[in-house]
Amino acid sequence: MSLLSLHNLSKSFGGLRAVDGVGFDVAAGSIKAIIGPNGAGKTTLFNLIFGSSIPDGGSVTFAGATLAPGRPHKKVALGMARTFQQIRLFPHMTALENVMVGAHTRGKAGFLASLLSLPRTRREDHFLRDQALAAMRLLGIEGLAASQATELAYGAQRAVELARALASKPKLVLLDEPAAGLNMRETVELGKLVRRVRESGVTVLLVEHDMALVMGISDEVVVLCQGQKIAEGEPLAIQKNPEVVRAYLGDEDA
Amino acid sequence: MTGSRFFPLAVLAAAVVLVQAVASLADRNQYLTQLTMAGYYSLPILGLTLLMGYAGQVSIGHAGFFAIGGYVSGFLTTYNLAERANEGWVRAAGGLGLLVAGQDVFGSPSLVVRPWPACIAALLMAALVAYVIGKPVLRLKGHLLAMATLGFGTIVYRWVLGSSLLGAADGISDIPAFPLVPGLVVSGRSAVRVSNYYLAWGLVLFTLLLLGNLVRSRVGRALRAIHGAEDAATASGIDTQDAKLRMFVLSAILAALGGVFLTHYNGGIGPSEASIMKSVRMVAIVAIGGMANLWGALAMGVLLNFLSLRGSFGVYDDAVFGVILLGIMLFAPQGLLRPELLRRLLRLLPRGAKGEPT
Repeated sequence: MSLLSLHNLSKSFGGLRAVDGVGFDVAAGSIKAIIGPNGAGKTTLFNLIFGSSIPDGGSVTFAGATLAPGRPHKKVALGMARTFQQIRLFPHMTALENVMVGAHTRGKAGFLASLLSLPRTRREDHFLRDQALAAMRLLGIEGLAASQATELAYGAQRAVELARALASKPKLVLLDEPAAGLNMRETVELGKLVRRVRESGVTVLLVEHDMALVMGISDEVVVLCQGQKIAEGEPLAIQKNPEVVRAYLGDEDA
Repeated sequence: MTGSRFFPLAVLAAAVVLVQAVASLADRNQYLTQLTMAGYYSLPILGLTLLMGYAGQVSIGHAGFFAIGGYVSGFLTTYNLAERANEGWVRAAGGLGLLVAGQDVFGSPSLVVRPWPACIAALLMAALVAYVIGKPVLRLKGHLLAMATLGFGTIVYRWVLGSSLLGAADGISDIPAFPLVPGLVVSGRSAVRVSNYYLAWGLVLFTLLLLGNLVRSRVGRALRAIHGAEDAATASGIDTQDAKLRMFVLSAILAALGGVFLTHYNGGIGPSEASIMKSVRMVAIVAIGGMANLWGALAMGVLLNFLSLRGSFGVYDDAVFGVILLGIMLFAPQGLLRPELLRRLLRLLPRGAKGEPT
């Protein structure tokens, strides 16, 4: 059963067709990777799915409903979460507070209740704290809870960002180049974390350049080139696909 | 947990009592008047600290909201409706108990709005204006937002200065005292100086309690997240425009509240309260207080406003605040009394002490 389906998504910037009629399904409970050369439209595709950018054409179906374009903050309540290519943690906040922000949609205390700090508001805050700690525990980083998030090592910051995305209890997480800036050991660790995330019942869609990581953890791979999908399938089949080989290496041979 | 939440407030409350006791014993009760006024001036500063320091949205127009509070309440409680007593809406307002009849200074009959409904109308007006202005303006970022709020402040200033209904350059005078509850009246008469000092500081303490709650809450975290990385806040499901707008409205209501109380305390209000320099002053105090530091802003606000009200800065009154702002922007753009800065200083101390003997 597919959790997320893209139908014929398109987006142009000026004359450039950044995403050109892309469609594919992401099965519930799977890890799917999007790969492709720089400028293939991977991040644009993410932004279209999440609503940070509005498509020129096509649609996105998520958990059985067609998503309204735009309104990215609404996507979180529907069960989607994302991380960024450049880590975007909140400065001057602890790792735990960062992850608690990720659990924002699981609480509902507004300005008035928060000003008055009603008993039910405080109970809700304990609940959010527990949820955040659970997400950190899943990734084995609960020990970092009290640290200032932006002062952590790079790999730890990635993990905190992932925990923040998981704290909303999403059905699907979008990871935008999670291994960017990580060394080899950290990348291996990250692969384990992503698998653990999937085992906890969360579907994963990631954009990634690190082929070892992609081939090691993905159930399926989609290849984009110049905004178009040129291949889709299991990692081993993709590696042997002549068109994919040409897209990555062809120009250099010529 | 609960203990630590109330501890600083208890210390401040004790300090408030101590200052009053010392001032009364030393027969220097006139200081309490300036401390009362400084207390009311702290309300817009506390709201602005949340808006600027926590949510990261600069406003150089908050004196405008302070003035809206003071002017609306001042106007309603002084504008004589006696000649229009037979008009339907005046009768309806009278029937609801919103009006009070009396005599003006010349002995003619007067009919004005009671202070309580006037106060509420002033706060609602400030909230409404903040909503209408904030909705489009808070989409702007950085300098653009600063310029837009500066424009708003200028409009309010020029408007009260030019409106004959609001007394133009003279402002509104003879504004009545505000009987809050039986036995407690907002008034500058020296007979009620001590109770007014406690009223102002009670309001400051209550505001600190509420805003402290907000900072530690889900909403407070959302505001700090917006400041830190707005796109990541959106990706966490926060409706950033909505949160900014609500914070803007809340800070405008606090500014107006300070305006209402100070105006009834002083018995008048003039256009200088709406001037841009007053807004700049608030920004300077928030900055020197450490931006995201309610206690720092309160301390600097009381200190500087107290000195300013006592005339310590002489003709350089406005210049002092300009220099403070300039200095902060040049040397400590993230604010002076920042908790991290203080923490780092504290961390240096024991290390230095330990280092000496070895």
